[in-house]
Amino acid sequence: MTDIASITFFLASVLIAAIPLGWWLHTILFAFPERGLLFRLDAWLSTLLVGKRDSGGHSWRQYLGGVLAFNLIGLLALFFMLLLQPLWARGLPAIPWHGALNIAASFVTNTNWQWYAGEVTLHPATQALGLGVQNFLSAACGLAVFAALTRSLMAWTHCGNLWDDVRRSIVFLLLPASLVLACVFVAQGIPQTIDAWMFHDASPQAQNVPLGPVASQVAIKQLGSNGGGFYNVNSSHPLENPTWVTNALQQWALLALPAACVIAFGMALKKPRHGAAIAAAMSVMFVAGAVVMAAGEGQFGSMEGKDVRIGTASSIIWAAATTSASNGSVNAMHSSLTPLAGAVAMANMATGEVIFGGIGSGMYGMVMYVVLTVFLCGLMIGRTPEYQGVKLTANVMWPVVVALLLPTFIIILLVCLAIMVPGASAAVSTTGPHALSEIIYAVLSAVGNNGSAFAGLAAGGPEWTSITTAGMLLGRFGVIVPVMMFAGRAAKAASHQQRSVQLSTEGPLFVTLLIGTIVLVGVLTAAPMFVLGPGADYLLQVVHQ
Amino acid sequence: MKTAQHQAVITSQALRTAAIEGLRRMAPSVLMKNPIMASVALGAVLTSVTAVVHATSGQPFAFAAHVSFWLWFTVWSSTTAESLAEGRGKARASALRGGQQNVQAVRIVNGIAEHVEATTLVQGDVIRCDAGSVIPVDGEVILGMAMVDESAITGESAPVLRAAGGDRSAVTGGTTVRSDSIDVRVVAAIGSGFVDRLIKLIEQAHRQPTPNERALQIVLLSLSSVFLVVVAAMPILMSYAGVPASATTGIVGLVALFVCLIPTTIGGLLPAIGIAGMDRLIARNVVALSGRAIEAAGDVDVLLLDKTGTITYGNRRAASLIPAHGVDYATLEKAVIMASVHDDTPEADSIRDLVPEPSWPSIVPTAATPIPFSAHSRISGTDVNTSEGTVSYRKGAVDAIVAASRAAGYTVDETLLACARDIARQGATPLLVSRQSVILGLVDLRDTVKPGIRERLQKLRSHGIRSIMITGDNPLTAAAIAAQAGVDDSMAEATPDDKLARIVAEQREGRLVAMIGDGTNDAPALAQADVGIAMVSGTQAAREAASMIDLDNDPTKILDVVDVGKQLLRTRGALTTFSIANDVSKYVAILPAMFVGMWPTLLPPERTAQLNVLGLSSPENAILAAVIFNALAIGLLVPLAMAGNREISGSPERTLRRNLLVYGLGGIVAPFPSITLIDMILQVLL
Repeated sequence: MTDIASITFFLASVLIAAIPLGWWLHTILFAFPERGLLFRLDAWLSTLLVGKRDSGGHSWRQYLGGVLAFNLIGLLALFFMLLLQPLWARGLPAIPWHGALNIAASFVTNTNWQWYAGEVTLHPATQALGLGVQNFLSAACGLAVFAALTRSLMAWTHCGNLWDDVRRSIVFLLLPASLVLACVFVAQGIPQTIDAWMFHDASPQAQNVPLGPVASQVAIKQLGSNGGGFYNVNSSHPLENPTWVTNALQQWALLALPAACVIAFGMALKKPRHGAAIAAAMSVMFVAGAVVMAAGEGQFGSMEGKDVRIGTASSIIWAAATTSASNGSVNAMHSSLTPLAGAVAMANMATGEVIFGGIGSGMYGMVMYVVLTVFLCGLMIGRTPEYQGVKLTANVMWPVVVALLLPTFIIILLVCLAIMVPGASAAVSTTGPHALSEIIYAVLSAVGNNGSAFAGLAAGGPEWTSITTAGMLLGRFGVIVPVMMFAGRAAKAASHQQRSVQLSTEGPLFVTLLIGTIVLVGVLTAAPMFVLGPGADYLLQVVHQ
Repeated sequence: MKTAQHQAVITSQALRTAAIEGLRRMAPSVLMKNPIMASVALGAVLTSVTAVVHATSGQPFAFAAHVSFWLWFTVWSSTTAESLAEGRGKARASALRGGQQNVQAVRIVNGIAEHVEATTLVQGDVIRCDAGSVIPVDGEVILGMAMVDESAITGESAPVLRAAGGDRSAVTGGTTVRSDSIDVRVVAAIGSGFVDRLIKLIEQAHRQPTPNERALQIVLLSLSSVFLVVVAAMPILMSYAGVPASATTGIVGLVALFVCLIPTTIGGLLPAIGIAGMDRLIARNVVALSGRAIEAAGDVDVLLLDKTGTITYGNRRAASLIPAHGVDYATLEKAVIMASVHDDTPEADSIRDLVPEPSWPSIVPTAATPIPFSAHSRISGTDVNTSEGTVSYRKGAVDAIVAASRAAGYTVDETLLACARDIARQGATPLLVSRQSVILGLVDLRDTVKPGIRERLQKLRSHGIRSIMITGDNPLTAAAIAAQAGVDDSMAEATPDDKLARIVAEQREGRLVAMIGDGTNDAPALAQADVGIAMVSGTQAAREAASMIDLDNDPTKILDVVDVGKQLLRTRGALTTFSIANDVSKYVAILPAMFVGMWPTLLPPERTAQLNVLGLSSPENAILAAVIFNALAIGLLVPLAMAGNREISGSPERTLRRNLLVYGLGGIVAPFPSITLIDMILQVLL
């Protein structure tokens, strides 16, 4: 009961905050003022950064080209920064090239999968200037694609301006929000320093404690659905998450902006009730997942892998939120979750990260599901289906099914690859179904751009870095490319004529249909893996009890 | 032809023919056109080969053989459904072709007539058709006029007038001249004429997929390809989990799982649904020139309706009688019937319809002398010999009757005249009725709205379809009729150009427009409209431009066409939903059967047996039961595919809810008891 109360309270705090945040997001992405202080500030910044003020709207090809080029440059910059780290950071081990590429891909794709222990592998400067910068840029990139997609559904003739979107997202949302949050974190005792080490003389043993710009990193890691911790054990490290205040705030920040995207979407389409229906579908799935997790932990749960300060309830909420939101930060070790709770965590990721999902990315993935739902059910009202005045023809549906099914395709392929490649399958820490769960979890986390780890898997070898690098890049851009194609085609096909008789995209019926579609696609494609992995693990647990 | 509507959906004779035709369509070249069914067939080949190999090498092969049989049955169900749907169209086509055989023609060359085979006629030839002869090819009347029996094409038994020049000059091959003689210039040689096109359309085994069908196919194929990967991954996952090899985990089990997962129900019935949609139109005597047109009909937002013929009867009918001051109604009724005794015009008929028969005066016909209507007097009537002498009953134009009455020295009721002027202003015709030159009252003759049209337009409105009435009348008349019929908008004094402009304007707003027309000047509008229905009596140009042709010349057909389009889309949606929803339960049946031996070193078999939540008797039977259910689903849903999804009257939302409940939730739930039942039967039989 208390678990359900905490879950409800947590979700309520996220949803209430999502309304003003969503309004603000809507303002900076879809209704940016054309005069006044905000406008002048933005114009000045634009002039400062690119030397001119208004660079005009992009077509979908230009916009997508910009996104890809922008990410490629970021990937290469981070890759070389990591590779060359030993040149200027003495005392730290060299990072193998495949490992460096993995980290670069991980942070560029907003995944933040970490095969390494951050505090002993990376210099604070690498963390701040390399990873920290990408934490902002990848989040802004997700928002930008979301914005471009939304505009195609709101009768814009172009996708908007990529550079405007990235700049405004960072300057007017991510930076100020992170700043506020980081200040609170510092006040709560999270370190923020450029010193690399702190000598800690505590009985019975003296030790060196790694330090660095932790608070700032943690703030954007939570807000930007990045999830890459400064420390290896992420937010279960006492310096990364020292008090109940930081725990509650970090947990809230996990879902705040992804939820705000939903509200902004509804406002942008001038259909707040449609936005609310999507938010309701996400909420129902989130709560259902969290309740099952709580039930699983209640049945067989232990405190292994959990922090006694944080306790079971918060560990579950965090685990549910971080896997839903494509965030990947943790405050407990997911490998130690009961099989049922672990299965929910995996199922959250297997939906393609659309239960709130990553910042921007969750919503653009969800729009694909909304379109599929309308396509499958809309016919039954006696019209060919349309969404936002866009007739759902073959031309438009192609990119949608690719965006929805390509990740599934890649997940299955990579799981099989990991099983068959000896170096990869040997990296598991145990045997039996739990070992299969480790493999499935790692692949789901990479392709879903989540980044959380099941723990146990030794993911630093070239086999696993290759698998996860491929998974992360394909999982990110294998969705972004078709989403942008859909945006381009939808904008062209839209008549923006709202039919009076059409499948309603509001209300409980639509919420049910949307959830049904998501669950159906998920179940149909992932059931065999889930039965052999966590399902068998659950049976095993029943046997042992 | 009209009885087609009353035919049972499936007769046993049709079923037998279709079953044989279905076998023929299992040829690889035909199956290729339906990728979902082609992959089922491929799976069937795999399992059949396995069964044969096992049988020859002395291994148990019963399971493989059973699965193979049911997979082939699945494919055959689908092909049979398709040929069953085509059957009715074929019957119609052969009836049309009947009129075409071995026709002779009289060709006129330089004024000399010669007998030739119709097959030798080419475009531009002139032929003469006398009474009783069949017009062999499509053509245009260039000389004379004749009554032509078009029943072979239209099912309309009354001959129609065909004459040189104007809107009535087109004649169709296969029709028969009933009277007089006409000279016809050939516009299409045999084999390329209108009837040939109709036959081809009706028979067309292979239809071009419509836009929505193509989109649906893409979604279904993508799902299927992911299922292929899911199934292909199974051996790797199963070997990792230590599942021991058995009949169910081998190639046969995998193929069975794949076939159960891919949307075979909708994949198998998709072509049949489309053909059945065309059939339903043909049963209403409308031929769609493409499947695309039917689909578009379901999406129509705006209907352009010609007032005349569609909304109103098109001729003036007596709407009411208004007695003059001091005259009682019964007297007026008697007088007007008296005045119309010998009048057999439609107007007089309508007067007789208006006055109930018991109120008619008794009259000896020989006692009545008809006074025929003349353009000069503008009065008609009857002189009746009675014991008191001859009584004259007259009806006619207002000023003529008034003049006659004044001449006889009577004063005229001014309120009645004002009333008459009012009626005239509304575009209707007032007729004054007099007895012995005393004006008794007036008949209000007006174009009346067809009964039931208001309700049908109301129903369309519940589907979000707006109706626009088009008329050449003045705005006042138009508004009066529009209000009476309940149309949403009307265009008065409309020219063909106005019509075209209105269609373009509506389309620019993103709306789909349907219209029905017949004249030459309708052709551009018919071509521009998203759904243009031409009447078969219309001109060649109009028929060329249209996307559908109405063989009955009944303009209200447009409403039927919209219904059929919507029904087609609903059926397609319902079966898609059902098909995908089914997968959940098939998984529940099959996965435990395959995974029963997983993690053998860790999990005791009695634990993994708990996965068998349906309590199916054995892994083999579980898989077989799922495959059988999958195969039978196609057959059981054929009647739905053929008859179409019914609508809950006037409420698309409630229809949607009902469909979601039946085909969505029902699709998830129904297979559980069915598969359990099939398993019980298998247990007894095998």
